[in-house]
Amino acid sequence: MAVAESASPLLRINAVTKRFGGFVAVNNVSVDIRPGERFGLIGPNGSGKTTLINCISGAFRTEAGTVMFRGDDISRLPAHMRTRRGIARSFQIPRPFRSMTVAENLLVALDFTSLHGFASAVQRRDIVMSILMRTGLALKADVPTGNLSQVELRKMELARAMATHPKLLISDEAMAGLAGSEVDEVLDLLMKLASEDITIIMIEHIMQAVMRFSERVMCLDAGKIIAIGTPAEVMANKRVQEAYLGT
Amino acid sequence: MFSFDLLLGAIVLGTLLGCFYAAVSIGLSVSFGLLDVPHVAHPAFLVLASYGVYLLNDRYEVDPLLAGLLITPLFFLLGLFVYRLYHETFERRGTDAAVRGIAFFFGVAFIVEVLIVLQFGVDQRSVTASYIGRSWRIGDLRIPIRQLVAFAVALSLTILLTLYLSKTFMGRAIRAVAQDQEALRLMGANPVRVKQWAFGIATAVLGIAGALLIIVAPVEPMLDRAYIGRTFCVVVLAGLGSMTGTLIAGIILGVAESIVLTMFGASWAPAIAFAMLLGVLAVRPQGLLGRRL
Amino acid sequence: MKSKSTGVRFWIGAILFLAAMLAATQVIRNEYPFFAGYIILQFVVLAVAWSILGGYAGYVNFGTSAFFGMGVYTAVFLVKATGAPLAVQIAAAAGVGALLGFAVGLLTLRMQGIFFSIATIALTIIIETTVTNWRFVGGAAGIQIQRPPVTPPFDTYVQMLFFVQALLVVLAVAIARYIQRSWIGRGLQAIKDDELAAECTGVPTLRLKLLACVISGALMCAAGAPAAMYFQYADPSSAFNLNYSVSALAMSLIGGTAHWAGPVLGAILLGVTQQFLAVTISSEVNVLILGIMLVLFVVAAPEGLIGLIRKIGNWRAGRAT
Repeated sequence: MAVAESASPLLRINAVTKRFGGFVAVNNVSVDIRPGERFGLIGPNGSGKTTLINCISGAFRTEAGTVMFRGDDISRLPAHMRTRRGIARSFQIPRPFRSMTVAENLLVALDFTSLHGFASAVQRRDIVMSILMRTGLALKADVPTGNLSQVELRKMELARAMATHPKLLISDEAMAGLAGSEVDEVLDLLMKLASEDITIIMIEHIMQAVMRFSERVMCLDAGKIIAIGTPAEVMANKRVQEAYLGT
Repeated sequence: MFSFDLLLGAIVLGTLLGCFYAAVSIGLSVSFGLLDVPHVAHPAFLVLASYGVYLLNDRYEVDPLLAGLLITPLFFLLGLFVYRLYHETFERRGTDAAVRGIAFFFGVAFIVEVLIVLQFGVDQRSVTASYIGRSWRIGDLRIPIRQLVAFAVALSLTILLTLYLSKTFMGRAIRAVAQDQEALRLMGANPVRVKQWAFGIATAVLGIAGALLIIVAPVEPMLDRAYIGRTFCVVVLAGLGSMTGTLIAGIILGVAESIVLTMFGASWAPAIAFAMLLGVLAVRPQGLLGRRL
Repeated sequence: MKSKSTGVRFWIGAILFLAAMLAATQVIRNEYPFFAGYIILQFVVLAVAWSILGGYAGYVNFGTSAFFGMGVYTAVFLVKATGAPLAVQIAAAAGVGALLGFAVGLLTLRMQGIFFSIATIALTIIIETTVTNWRFVGGAAGIQIQRPPVTPPFDTYVQMLFFVQALLVVLAVAIARYIQRSWIGRGLQAIKDDELAAECTGVPTLRLKLLACVISGALMCAAGAPAAMYFQYADPSSAFNLNYSVSALAMSLIGGTAHWAGPVLGAILLGVTQQFLAVTISSEVNVLILGIMLVLFVVAAPEGLIGLIRKIGNWRAGRAT
């Protein structure tokens, strides 16, 4: 326990604020994510969850505060540099490269992030196939992304994120719109990735999934942290219940 | 030779010219500013309208402004048709719509240019009316009456369209469709129909605008190319879709062109609109009164 | 292994093409085919160069005429100031094009969709206006240029320009082909599909677009340089004519932008048609054909000729099995 406490955080979000015009989407949020942690991020619609991960992944620049990753300040880095340092993400609405096959989608990641740039075509194909195998998409390798089902698209996004060799994976509502058994499939996949020493931040509306997955949960409301702790603690929190049930 | 009088004259003439620029741009302010249609053929339609007015004036001696009014229904129909075609082929298919949409409208512009050349030749054409060719003197300043006519009509046109968009049900629906299509659908209106109607209006306005274009100066088939810069400059500077902004932006452009013309000569004039446009895009893409990009 | 053998085939094809062009200049006595052929080859270079940014990355550049015109005027300036030979003119134009591409890219590549397109038109007009006001190279009235004596083995200057343009075609196609098949092409394709997703997958989008803009600009400028000698005359409104922009774009889209062969096909198809019509009917009809073909293809065959050929291929394959 003492070791875990003293270990430096993988990701430190320090007083991050993001405004859109007069609207404060993320308001002075600070949190540390420990290496190897399974971290759940919840909150009602428009509470700033996606904005916060956009600030982490670099899609937005923060107005105030810093984002530290493995001890370095990455607040000013463009998104692709953050990806190369080990932050990968999926999108709330899947954003595949539509003119490419599944395998080609992963090759983009391989081409631009990893040491495999000089690997031979055969080696690269092997790496892609092993990732697709782990994500259950091996049979779909040469299928154009336009022909994938919703759950396959979700998995493809996670696989593409994996191909960047992340230390931190941010999954933005990867289960939204899926049927019950499909939710379990994606959840199992995320569990498996977490067991491979990848830190995962999961944003989710499906409460059961978050509770089953997360070691720690944070709840945002109107851009501020209203609760953080174990799943049980957060669920028991009165303000969380209010935020979800509405007033 | 720089003098205060010269500058004052440039500002007065520039303001008149600016209202005219607003009038030729206001249709684009609707079609591009509100509806997001990359309508690069807008200036080509404008020139086409001028030729329509020329035809009526030349053959039947119809007053140019009346002729402009007479062709608006045709342009309304043209607008309905073009939007329908654009929607079916690009908006509905989704991907890549922007790229091919721009190419499409450029193709349309080229076709219009050539059809005009084939029908009327490449020479300049102008119209005749009692108010063309005379001018009004105040001290040293000489203001052509046609500029005043264009100014008055342009101003009324802009005000009318502003009122239409803010006071009528359809006008409000058009503004709503620009902001939130989903909300509109919930209100029971069909966004595509609303957009088609709006595009029709935006094109119909070109009838009058085309009359102003040929009243202010003679036209030639390739004139639309000079107006790509001017119209898009005005619409982007205005902040996409803002009608008041369109008027102000038009005046800014008119005064800027007029001052450059007086101080540096006509050869630099074509670049003014584009330089301003580029500046706005690079520095303040939301425009003067704009809200989004 | 497969890619290696297609590489060999490509270069054999390129050498055969150049040999055939060279042979033609030695055998055919009539000047006209070279006059017409030069224009077609020039459009092949422009279309291929355009597709590097416009096709692969999906950034619709309307600044082709700016680059082309700068190429023409780089040559004009060098001829007037130093009397530099043709090869130097072209190399200098490529350098100017690369610099211009870098500057244009920095200024405009953060914009997206139509804003990028309009910004590139704006730059074209601004550059044209600047050249119009530059007395040294003739201003608005234009400038006459004397051709130097022709270099053997060519009999006439036009034949030599024709062959030079054929060399540029091979250079442009080789570069476009390399980009398409390399990580650069994959990155540009990712940008075209979804720029944010590309950035989050590690693609340095801005840098890659800049690279594409620089290469594309250098090729367009180089293609423009020999035009000064070809026409023996240059004036801003022809050198910066918007028709170059729309032609390059139309030829690429008509041919199809997914493969380097698309723009080549499109340029040949459109170029030959236009040369034919210009002689038989009129140059206005040229522009009409350009407009109609552009509209037809973007509406009915969004993947261009290449897409149509692939479709037919798939259909045949489907019937065979």
